[in-house]
This record gives sequence, C-alpha cells and structure tokens, in this order.
Amino acid sequence: MKCHLRSIVCVLLLAGFARGAGADPTVVSNSALYDALGGNPGIAALVETFTARLVSDPRSAPMFQDVDLAKLKTRLREQFCEVSGGPCVYKGKDMETAHAGVDITKAHFNAVVEMLQDAMDGERVAFRDQNRLLARLAPMHRQIVNSAPGRSH
Amino acid sequence: MRTGSVLLASSRRWLLALTICATVPCAHAEEAPGLDFGRGKLLLTGGVASIDGAAGGGLVPWAVTAGYATEGEFGGAAHVTRLKTQDYALTTFGVAVSISDRFEASLARQQLDAGSVIPGTTLKLDILGVKWRLAGDAVLESDSWLPQLALGAEWKHLDPGSSVAPILAGVGAKTSGIDLYVSATKLFLGPGLLVNATLRATRANQNGLLGFGSSEHNGYQLQPEFSVALLLRRSVAVGLEYRTKPDHLAFAGDAYREQDWADAFIAWAPNKRVSLTAAWVELGNIVGRAHQRGPYLSAQLTF
Repeated sequence: MKCHLRSIVCVLLLAGFARGAGADPTVVSNSALYDALGGNPGIAALVETFTARLVSDPRSAPMFQDVDLAKLKTRLREQFCEVSGGPCVYKGKDMETAHAGVDITKAHFNAVVEMLQDAMDGERVAFRDQNRLLARLAPMHRQIVNSAPGRSH
Repeated sequence: MRTGSVLLASSRRWLLALTICATVPCAHAEEAPGLDFGRGKLLLTGGVASIDGAAGGGLVPWAVTAGYATEGEFGGAAHVTRLKTQDYALTTFGVAVSISDRFEASLARQQLDAGSVIPGTTLKLDILGVKWRLAGDAVLESDSWLPQLALGAEWKHLDPGSSVAPILAGVGAKTSGIDLYVSATKLFLGPGLLVNATLRATRANQNGLLGFGSSEHNGYQLQPEFSVALLLRRSVAVGLEYRTKPDHLAFAGDAYREQDWADAFIAWAPNKRVSLTAAWVELGNIVGRAHQRGPYLSAQLTF
C-alpha cells in the first residue's frame, strides 16, 4: 500500500517536473481553460450544441440561413481552441469582416452570448470556466456589433 | 399573478408617457421608430432596485440602467421592497424606465413606519431619480479595467407628518433636497465579480427621512458608497454593500446621531421578468433607537 502511494506521488512529481521544465510556464497555465473545456473533443461537442442553437433560435436563425454550417463549425472550433489556449490557430476572417454582411446589434450579440451559455450548460462546463471563456470572447463585441437601432448611422 | 399584469400594464402606460417626455424635446425625429421594448441585456446585469428607486444594489445606485433594455431598446422595472428593523419598518415601491441603456428615470416612494417611536407616525419620502450613463460597458469590456460610468440625481421630497414636522423645523432641516452622484461599476467577467463605487453629494439626514441639512450644517457633503457582488451562477448573486452618511443632526443630541448603512444580500433572477432580493441590513442609530437592523426583501418585475 505504502509502495503504491509512493509511486503515485512519484509519477505526479515527475509529471509536474516534465510540465514545468518542458514548456513555457505561461503556455502551461494558459491552456488550463482549453483543458477545462475538454480539449478538442470537448470543444467540438460544445460547437455542435452551440451552432444547433444559433440556427434554431429565432433571434439568430435568420442570420444563419445562407451560412455554410460545416465551415462555421470549423472556424468556431479553431477560435474557441485558440482563445482558450489550445494548440490551434484561427484561420478565418477577422471578426469585423466576418460579420460585415449583417446588421448586428448589442442585443443580437448578447443573445448569442446567452446561447453559448446555454450550450455550455448543456455540455456541463463549470460556471467559472464558462465565465473565463466568455471573458476572452466578450471584447470582440467591438468588432462584431455594427448596428445601433435608434441611432442614426 | 393578476396584480403582476395590472402592475405591468400600468407601468407600460407610465413608460410610454415618460418615453415621450424624455425623447420628444431633445431627440432627432428619426430615432424614435428604431426603439422597441427589448430584453437584450444579460441576466442580472441591470442590477436590482435600490431603496431610492435607481437601479443598483439594495442601498447603493450603480452605473447600470434598470431592466434589460440594451442599445436601441427601452424597458424598465417596477419594485416593492420591505425592510423591518426592531423599531421601524420601511416600505418602498416604485418604477424605473430606461432608454437604450443610456438614460434611466425612476420614481419611488419610501414609507417609514415610526409608529412604535412616535405613535401614529409614518414618514413619506418621494424620490424622482435620473441617471445618465456617461461611458463604458460594465459587462463586455472584459479585457479592460475601465468601468461603466454614470451620473445621477435624486430629487427627494419628505412629508414628515404633523408630529415630526415641528421637530425638523426646530433643528432647521428642510423637507426637500437633491442628491447628486457618480457611479463606477465593473464586472470582472472571468471571476464573476462585480465592483461598484459611488460618490454621492448630499445633505440628507437619514437618506432624507429626517429632512435635509440643519441649522448647524447646511452644506453638501461627499459620501462614498461601495458594493461588491459575486455571481454564483447566471441567476444568483451574493454581495455586500456599505454606504457612508453625513451626520448633520448630531448637534441636536445623541438621539439624532446618524451612522453608516451596510447590507449583505442575495439576489435571484429565475428569468428576465422577475427578480427577488433578500438582505440583512444594518442601519445603526435612528432617532434614539440604537443598532437598528433587520431583514430586507425586495421583488422586482421588469418590462
């Protein structure tokens, strides 16, 4: 029993050293969110649930009518992976260009935040991990929100 | 439920009237058609109703606007609050409207039942509030330290009743006054932590329930107020508040000494239509009754 415990501790220590020594420590800590989201499989599942909501929710569905869904999912997977510190690079258009074809208000943006929150609830992502992902995505509202009803353009 | 819809219906009429008043004189004609009822803000990000009617925490107004209207929308909230201490009971009810998450107008009435101290006495305080969001976004600017900033004013008028009026006249307190405040609110989205700081210029005694100023101290005083709230889930926040207050009636004797207010609260919004807030409030000395404290319960409907 003692031997068993000792070997577990030993393996954990070695794993710790390997992580600490092998890679840039900031990269290690930055990928914590990517790991919390379940890595690539977790993010793929999240993107499936999320896009299913985007195309069915009346608040967003009209905007996704002519969108290539397979491509959208690929881009979302890349983006969530990259912003959560995973080993990916987002290869899509910048956020401003990607949303230029549709009028997007702050209400639209927040509605999509809610759909992502619901999707993360569905995928059992812990509340604090949800907030950490949202905190990295939220500033994109500056590029995405391009319309303010009630204000003359 | 029926009371709810009646309240809702009457608040909608209110809202229409206030919106017309607020938009017609200053706005461009083409702006009006774009605005519609909306609930585009995220859950709980409109705060709850403060006892003075403005959106915020329970005691402190925040830089957020009431209800769930975001840019290009209008909406608002109606609330009822009850606070019971050992010797007093405070009931507040009111309505607030917000336009485009920019402008908020609120109307509230506070009734302080002081019957156990001065028999048959209820103090009535009416509060008309306005708030203007100057800059910032408390929620979405999560890569920045800049808070959401708002400037507010609360015009308060006290009906002290026949027993208290001569007392207030004796100490030189007026029955109406204006509070001005600036609030800075920031949600640290990652940790789910909201921080608010408010600086209030006021000469109110006990928030205006004992009038404004006195023969000895009639000037405005700057009073800081603070709130912190932690989101436990999307629909639940717990927090603490602290509100410093002037002490303009202290010269009249220990009985009139005024102390800072504080509370610990939990707010729950099961959906965007309703929220409930429960709190424990410490009010300190109020007219010869020390250590006034007790439970606070508030219900808010949004439209």
